[in-house]
Amino acid sequence: MTSDSCGPSSRLYLAAPDQLGLLSSGCGATCLPPGRCTAGPTLLGAAPSGLPNPLTSCRLHQHRPPSSRPLLWARAPSALDMRAGASVSGTGSAGERGSPGLTGAACGHRGGDWRRERVRRWERVRSRAALPRHGPPVGPGSPARARPPRAAPQRAAVVRTGLGEAGTRGPWTRAAGGPMRGPHRGPGPLQLLAPLRLLAPFRSCPLEALRISGPGLALGSGVPMQDSGFSVLSYVAGIAWFLALVFPPLTQRTYMSENAMGSTMVEEQFAGGDRARAFARDFAAHRKKSGALPVAWLERTMRSVGLEVYTQSFSRKLPFPDETHERYVLGEWGVPGPRKHLEGGMVSGTNVYGILRAPRAASTESLVLTVPCGSDSTNSQAVGLLLALAAHFRGQIYWAKDIIFLVTEHDLLGTEAWLEAYHDVNVTGMQSSPLQGRAGAIQAAVALELSSDVVTSLDVAVEGLNGQLPNLDLLNLFQTFCQKGGLLCTLQGKLQPQDWTSLDGPLQGLQTLLLMVLRQASGRPHGSHGLFLRYRVEALTLRGINSFRQYKYDLVAVGKALEGMFRKLNHLLERLHQSFFLYLLPGLSRFVSIGLYMPAVGFLLLVLGLKALELWMQLHEAGMGLEEPGGAPGPSVPLPPSQGVGLASLVAPLLISQAMGLALYVLPVLGQHVATQHFPVAEAEAVVLTLLAIYAAGLALPHNTHRVVSTQAPDRGWMALKLVALIYLALQLGCIALTNFSLGFLLATSMVPAAALAKPHGPRTLYAALLVLTSPAAMLLGSLFLWRELQEAPLSLAEGWQLFLAALAQGVLEHHTYGALLFPLLSLGLYPCWLLFWNVLFWK
Amino acid sequence: MAAAIPLSLLVLLLLGPGGWCLAEHPRDSLREELVITPLPSGDVAATFQFRTRWDSELQREGGLSVLLKADRLFHTSYHSQAVHIRPVCRNARCTSISWELRQTLSVVFDAFITGQGKKDWSLFRMFSRTLTEPCPLASESRVYVDITNYNQDNETLEVHPSPTTTYQDVILGTRKTYAIYDLLDSAMINNSRNLNIQLKWKRPPENEAPPVPFLHAQRYVSGYGLQKGELSTLLYNTHPYRAFPVLLLDTVPWYLRLYVHTLTITSKGKENKPSYIHYQPAQDRLQPHLLEMLIQLPANSVTKVSIQFERALLKWTEYTPDPNHGFYVSPSVLSALVPSMVAAKPVDWEESPLFNSLFPVSDGSNYFVRLYTEPLLVNLPTPDFSMPYNVICLTCTVVAVCYGSFYNLLTRTFHIEEPRTGGLAKRLANLIRRARGVPLL
Repeated sequence: MTSDSCGPSSRLYLAAPDQLGLLSSGCGATCLPPGRCTAGPTLLGAAPSGLPNPLTSCRLHQHRPPSSRPLLWARAPSALDMRAGASVSGTGSAGERGSPGLTGAACGHRGGDWRRERVRRWERVRSRAALPRHGPPVGPGSPARARPPRAAPQRAAVVRTGLGEAGTRGPWTRAAGGPMRGPHRGPGPLQLLAPLRLLAPFRSCPLEALRISGPGLALGSGVPMQDSGFSVLSYVAGIAWFLALVFPPLTQRTYMSENAMGSTMVEEQFAGGDRARAFARDFAAHRKKSGALPVAWLERTMRSVGLEVYTQSFSRKLPFPDETHERYVLGEWGVPGPRKHLEGGMVSGTNVYGILRAPRAASTESLVLTVPCGSDSTNSQAVGLLLALAAHFRGQIYWAKDIIFLVTEHDLLGTEAWLEAYHDVNVTGMQSSPLQGRAGAIQAAVALELSSDVVTSLDVAVEGLNGQLPNLDLLNLFQTFCQKGGLLCTLQGKLQPQDWTSLDGPLQGLQTLLLMVLRQASGRPHGSHGLFLRYRVEALTLRGINSFRQYKYDLVAVGKALEGMFRKLNHLLERLHQSFFLYLLPGLSRFVSIGLYMPAVGFLLLVLGLKALELWMQLHEAGMGLEEPGGAPGPSVPLPPSQGVGLASLVAPLLISQAMGLALYVLPVLGQHVATQHFPVAEAEAVVLTLLAIYAAGLALPHNTHRVVSTQAPDRGWMALKLVALIYLALQLGCIALTNFSLGFLLATSMVPAAALAKPHGPRTLYAALLVLTSPAAMLLGSLFLWRELQEAPLSLAEGWQLFLAALAQGVLEHHTYGALLFPLLSLGLYPCWLLFWNVLFWK
Repeated sequence: MAAAIPLSLLVLLLLGPGGWCLAEHPRDSLREELVITPLPSGDVAATFQFRTRWDSELQREGGLSVLLKADRLFHTSYHSQAVHIRPVCRNARCTSISWELRQTLSVVFDAFITGQGKKDWSLFRMFSRTLTEPCPLASESRVYVDITNYNQDNETLEVHPSPTTTYQDVILGTRKTYAIYDLLDSAMINNSRNLNIQLKWKRPPENEAPPVPFLHAQRYVSGYGLQKGELSTLLYNTHPYRAFPVLLLDTVPWYLRLYVHTLTITSKGKENKPSYIHYQPAQDRLQPHLLEMLIQLPANSVTKVSIQFERALLKWTEYTPDPNHGFYVSPSVLSALVPSMVAAKPVDWEESPLFNSLFPVSDGSNYFVRLYTEPLLVNLPTPDFSMPYNVICLTCTVVAVCYGSFYNLLTRTFHIEEPRTGGLAKRLANLIRRARGVPLL
């Protein structure tokens, strides 16, 4: 057959240009048997019906002249396709060279064989993808799906160059594309295309033929993007990658990068154990007597050991008082927290700090040793050790940096107050007296928490506010002195696995890693060091653990480790910057750098990207379907603008869900007084319960939005909404993962599958259950259980619920007191996004 | 004199053998003195001063210079050395001059390190030496000890041996009493063949913050992050009832871009308008900001001078070799005429002790003070300096890839083949050829 049988009007009109890259694999092949060219509607119905959903977007529009649809691009079967078809079927006619329109030529050239083969391939794809179809209704006269024989050769599926009608082949083509040896058999190598495209201006080809060649390259021929198996694979790959992080190729040994601390050795001379214990006893006695931090005693003692002593008083009005409801205020995830000095939510206290001035230095740099003292916490040994260390340090002449010995009241509140006053900023609305003495830029800080005269091990905490971490070199330094002093050091309360080659070490490391991820994801400062990190002061917290082990270390051993650390920090010429700031720790001596752990979250986010892409294609197809609905030949129905419906229907759900998020963020704290007046609850309870109530109220959102949304195009509506939600979620998770990998990864792990699956068809209850289970709040609950499970202190359900309520209150409180970002992030970002998916699920 | 001799030798070399070989060796030209002052913080300041005519011998043995032992002098909180050379007239009509060399060494001993936690001190404890003999060349060799709080009735401190003579003067607006030990007085050393001056506090003034001077200042950088910041200077006037003006001079490097409109001066919660401002903006890489202000400090107040800045991005060759250390911002300079508690009378320079020249007096009612605040360390946004390496690698790769393909394209010759040449016969022939797998016509 020649082109004349189809004529110019039989061009294939395909998807929008931006889609061509994805569609080319399918679209290039949708060619009609020449005999059917005029049969139009019936055949048009037939072709998509046999195709999997994503592919059907390459619709055939036969009855439009090309000029009327500038948006739609023609896609010609490639020369190689044709060659393949010709060589396989042998039914090709001789008409292609002389064909005026290339598609006509293709149509004429290819027989039904070729088409059947394509259709068969799509069949395969579709059966694998098992995707629901949301295509336009199939025309009434559509025949049954063509099922070509399985014996059809496969080559056509592979060969896809997308450029060039037969007439463009010539000697120069071969010259440009070197690898193409046999023009008849050669599979279309992709490298051919670049030169061909550049050559395009030389040729007098139809414009469409050139334009389609570009996008055809975009994704190459590979796995069909529509395959949801690919999403599953990507998700599994993400999880597997994360689990693989603990195995030695991915986890590396830590090493000291900072040369000022690496090669120099110091000799620790601290021997003030008795003095430390005496100071501790005195401190405890004075504190018991006064009931608060014994400021005067501390001042006197610090002055007597030769420090320059200053005090700072501060007060802070908490967003809601929590004294009477201590169960909602927890210290370390379940350990009841410190009782604060509260009068109507007002906390006030005094910090005491002494500065050791370095001799013959200009007070430009300093180091900090801090001991947070809650009124309940038994940290007096730490104060004793701090004072003894100060007395020892004072007698040395090698200091090049000032050392600040800081004792803060009310744990982290005091630390925050001191740091804000030191840097003369007001981040959290703290009222405090200005500092009288300063010592330049703080280079590093160590927080110390000891609760007994002897310790069995030292635990180190690195996770700071909003998941910030100190430079890895500081941890290396600690580890160096642990090894040197023979101290038993733990991370996340876990002993260090020795053998990383067998399976046991990595499995133990995985526990530690998961604990670190959970801690980092919580975004709370785990120790007062966490607040220093905001000011770019590298800091960590050392906790003395006294357990039932046999061998115990006294304060001298801890003091020597601290002395060594300070002396090495004293050697620093620059701020700690050499080593990693972004890392995960499966053990004290092992780390995973950012370059190695980011792919895990990348794989997870790829799922969202794939789903969004798929939806985009479906959406476009739906748009096409609207324009040319069903079997009516010709545009008899007035067409709505192709984009208008989708966008208008999105505004309402977006706005409403964002408003819900805003309410979740603002109302609990704002409305606590109203709640306490009308209900028999206290403020802290009111906040938590309001939080839960608003959260749950969001689930009723779909019923509200549906009244607003026009139901003009139901399918398009939810698809567009889901598309927006997917992109929104992917963006949020991407940003979070960049700043706080752990949080991003946890959220992605939980939210991605449900988000990808949510749709208003299919097993809705199942989807709904899945979605509820992976909502941010449920994830928090789950994390709590996982956390305690990993700590080998499993929770009962009731305990877990109590802990959950406490964590909610704590999250709100920490946002207001320290500026932790988890609460606003969840309430303003992820919760509305999650509501969008909920909305999608119940779309009518 | 171990520390001072290299300096004086250096000066000798610089000046050349001009003036000093002409003169005879007047024995009375060397004056040496040591002033020991307990500081409010409990530390002890010791100031040596040797004044000599240039033409006297530089090498001295005995006298105060036996105390100058390097390992002790560097075991201190602070030390400063100075050499002054000036011409002086030899006679009243100034027909001939000789050069006067004045070497000073000021040391602040850390009371804690030297005194084991007590404020008591003695010469031996500080210098691990005692005075044994006067300098044979010296015309004057004295030790002054500040015993302002000391009198026979008051039991606060005790000096041993008890001074034979005392000297009173007004130093920095307050009246000071010094005990004088004259080494040339033969009775002083001959008693025990050595002189170890000791001071003991009977009732150590603990538990009280050290007294503060009338004018002191503090400077710091506030804010966090690498974009913006604020330079704050706190000026303390602790005088109970006198306000006085202060000239504040700030030079700020150009890479801290000052926002002058954010300059705020507040004292006692109210805005303090400076009576004079001179501002010279910075030019990048040429000159720093210069900000000079005359500020009136109200009595008993803290004045905060703050100005915001933005950190500039430097060119990557402009960073120091240790960029993460931060960049120093030089101290502010405060010059003030601080009111005196006690009126000072004009001093006869030749007769009064040498240390009086350290405290110039303009008139009786106030004294001049120049204070330097602490220097600051500011971190600028610093690139990762391994980045250039990455950039070079990436650029090379991109260039190589682009170059390869472009070169490939540009060096080929292309022919345009008309698609529709040949008639039906050729097309048929081609069809057959294609079926056979033979190259087309």
